[in-house]
Amino acid sequence: MTEAECAECGATLDLADDLETGEIIDCGTCGAELEVIDVNPPVLDRAPELEEDWGE
Amino acid sequence: MKIGILYSRIRKDEKLLLSELRERGHDVTKIDVRKHQFGLHDTTAPVDDLDIVVDRCLATSRSLYATRFIESYGVPVVNSPETAEICADKAKNSLALAEAGVPTPETKVAFTKESAMDAIESFGYPCVLKPVVGSWGRLMAKIDSRSAAEAILEHKATLGHYEHKVFYVQEFVEKPGRDIRVVATDGEPVAAMTRSSEHWLTNAAKGGETEEFELDDEALELVEKASDAVGGGLLGVDLMETGDSYTVHEVNHTVEFKALNGTTDVDVPAAVVDWLESKAAEKTAAEALA
Ligand SMILES: [Zn+2]
Repeated sequence: MTEAECAECGATLDLADDLETGEIIDCGTCGAELEVIDVNPPVLDRAPELEEDWGE
Repeated sequence: MKIGILYSRIRKDEKLLLSELRERGHDVTKIDVRKHQFGLHDTTAPVDDLDIVVDRCLATSRSLYATRFIESYGVPVVNSPETAEICADKAKNSLALAEAGVPTPETKVAFTKESAMDAIESFGYPCVLKPVVGSWGRLMAKIDSRSAAEAILEHKATLGHYEHKVFYVQEFVEKPGRDIRVVATDGEPVAAMTRSSEHWLTNAAKGGETEEFELDDEALELVEKASDAVGGGLLGVDLMETGDSYTVHEVNHTVEFKALNGTTDVDVPAAVVDWLESKAAEKTAAEALA
């Protein structure tokens, strides 16, 4: 387990060890969507809005 | 193999794929398409000595352009830009299926509200109105009456992006409360599941219940034909049961497999990586001959 701070509300998030750059994580406290910018040490930022239709 | 993953978001699906690739000792290069430029002769993305590139861009426009450029540099990319172009557009998708003789719901495309209304009335109620681009069942409407049709068409005409002014009208298929999702590699099914819901949209993304499904010979044949119709690749084929047969609604080119992986005993990421290895080996063999 490793920790990082929510870029939105400042809460401390427990993160899995297999964290990936580009991964999207939800903050359990404020519900913000966060993107993993760096893994070592972990840095989180607000995830970009979905600007168009994505995926399937 | 040396494999590149094009992405702008890493979801559970991409994580499953990455960990399977790394476990097998492959050399993985993650390429965040937001950080690169794609030129006519080269790119800032490190693709030069890759054996294969897998497109996992969720945004359709990124997927369409990035794969086209990567292919132009002579690097094999899956899914191919040709497949992406057909699958990203519901009208092209339907047409490709029909041309290949794959049963697919009756569909009409219209370009004005008036003409769309005529199409809707010709199908009768309920029928379905979908955007030609889009995902996870968003902005799809089941139309139960003329007044509902008028309201929706008015909204789309007023608010919609130009792509929402291509009206894609489809017959409503009565199905037994579920549809079938097959993940396939070049027409070969990896696994299949049903998605059930009280709601007419049964997407796993919309919270439908999933269960493993065994494909019969007819379904196997349809999956292969549907895959060929869009040019093959790693695909999600959506079928519905129509009593004694099937109809193929669409083929998805940025297939999600985490729900399927949790539903079946088949190791879906492993099967996908098996297939990627065989694609990379084809390229190596072709180079040895050249
Ligand atoms: Zn937060």
